Amino acid sequence: MKLDTNTINKIAKLARIRLSEEEAEELLRDMNSILDWVEQLNEVNTDAVEPLTNISSSILPQRKDEAKDINSTDEILKNSPDKLEGYFAVPKVVE
Amino acid sequence: MEFKSITQLKSLLDENKISVKEIAESYIKKINEKKELNIFIYFNEDKIHDQVKEIEKLPNDKTLKGIPIAVKDLFCTKNMPTTAASKILENFKPTYESFVTQKLVDQGSMFVGKTNLDEFAMGSATNTSYFGNTINPLSKNDNPLAPGGSSGGSAAAVAADFCLGATGTDTGGSIRQPASFCGVVGIKPTYGLCSRWGIAAFASSLDQAGVFSKNVKDASILLEEISGYDQRDSTSSNVQIPNFSKNLNPSLDGKIIGIPKEYTVDGISDEINEVWEQAIKSLEKKGAKIKYISLPHTKYALPTYYIIAPAEASSNLARYDGVKYGFRADDAKSLDDMYELTRSEGFGKEVKRRILIGTYVLSAGYYDAYYLKAQKVRKLIANDFVNVFLDCDLILTPTAPSAAFPLNEKQEDPIKMYLNDVFTVPASLAGIPGISIPYGKDEQGLPLGIQLLSKHYNEQEIFNAAFALEKDYE
Repeated sequence: MKLDTNTINKIAKLARIRLSEEEAEELLRDMNSILDWVEQLNEVNTDAVEPLTNISSSILPQRKDEAKDINSTDEILKNSPDKLEGYFAVPKVVE
Repeated sequence: MEFKSITQLKSLLDENKISVKEIAESYIKKINEKKELNIFIYFNEDKIHDQVKEIEKLPNDKTLKGIPIAVKDLFCTKNMPTTAASKILENFKPTYESFVTQKLVDQGSMFVGKTNLDEFAMGSATNTSYFGNTINPLSKNDNPLAPGGSSGGSAAAVAADFCLGATGTDTGGSIRQPASFCGVVGIKPTYGLCSRWGIAAFASSLDQAGVFSKNVKDASILLEEISGYDQRDSTSSNVQIPNFSKNLNPSLDGKIIGIPKEYTVDGISDEINEVWEQAIKSLEKKGAKIKYISLPHTKYALPTYYIIAPAEASSNLARYDGVKYGFRADDAKSLDDMYELTRSEGFGKEVKRRILIGTYVLSAGYYDAYYLKAQKVRKLIANDFVNVFLDCDLILTPTAPSAAFPLNEKQEDPIKMYLNDVFTVPASLAGIPGISIPYGKDEQGLPLGIQLLSKHYNEQEIFNAAFALEKDYE
């Protein structure tokens, strides 16, 4: 057992996902079995191995860092669940 | 009316034997007749008719003029909503078109609809979609089968003859496995060959767009069209795209085909091993040399994948916060409340599970033990392929450990479900191209798939060998 209920709730808080007690219990079981299963990677000696971060075998070109106007504010705001005077609106954060 | 291939339909159109409008009507009719398969998340006849008017204006030299294409609902499309099969993106209307779909539009293709998938492409059966299961069109009435996943809707759309081609994405097998389950061709090209711009991200170092089709030649035509450099994706490769379809050559004289011993794993049906054996014999008969090879780190591919993919997903899916687009939970009292409730109600179970695993393996104190370790093992897996391709042109394996399984087969154990990708994940981790083509059937008449892999940017040889093997069942 790698995880306990406390750790699950802590991770859920970090990921901003609220879990019901039932969900937390089920996830605890699933995640522990997944984490036990991935443990087998420890059988592999990786002492002199560089981590693979970029899979591309070609040289990736860089582009110029230039600002481009591609979308209008209005069009983007149309997708927002709540907006106010050209901004995204969220529940009040300052009293 | 049944059209066999893109090439055939295109010549009918070029010879004025059929109009774009007639093509549209014919496909709309087919789709309406089999709505119960739940292949599309979005299907709207008016949108198809709107496209007809635009397509008719295009010159006939557009390669895909009037060709019906289904689009996985992970690609942002300007004229159709995009959901990633998630409640959290319900009602999302992208303000831009993905690179891949734009290329298809430019060549005159007709989008018939947006296909169902596993939520955010996380799954192997198209059963984690917020919009319900897709049924494999090859199912018999009393036993609905899964189409595979995550691009199950796209594979099913081709199999059901709702289109002649479809887009998919493959992170760990999400094109190749459903292609195998639905008896169609599916190719995942080299990582970086097509831009990821406008595809809802799952695991960015693995996500790769590709295509489904009814035959190898059509796949080569479609892949040619969607490939290319795009400066809006920093991992997009700036390489010359060969004319895959024109160069198709089924000759295998002197080609060396590797057969990896590690792909003989427990729990695979004899039928799959028999089909594999038949394909080996066929390649030999066609002039290829068979070489038995070893990819020693194969057994570590799945656990490596199930650290790396969730880690990247947890980061990519942080953007769904209920502020900018998509679903927002109603009764939040504070900002934190809103984030937590939105994500809790907006994401399904599998997505939450992966976000939490990812958050855990990236969290302080665990990063080195899990994520860094997985990246190192990934290097070893990629090196296995590099070494083997010094002596081999291609590798031949089965695509999936089984034929399509029943839709209602309970898969309570996540690890058991993950095993569906055992043959496809290693190539994803190495970023190499792979195709699945239908090759033979099991006892119940369900199609089985075989997979051909090659080194980076060697899609042409994959197409050539697949083209040769395809002839065995014509």
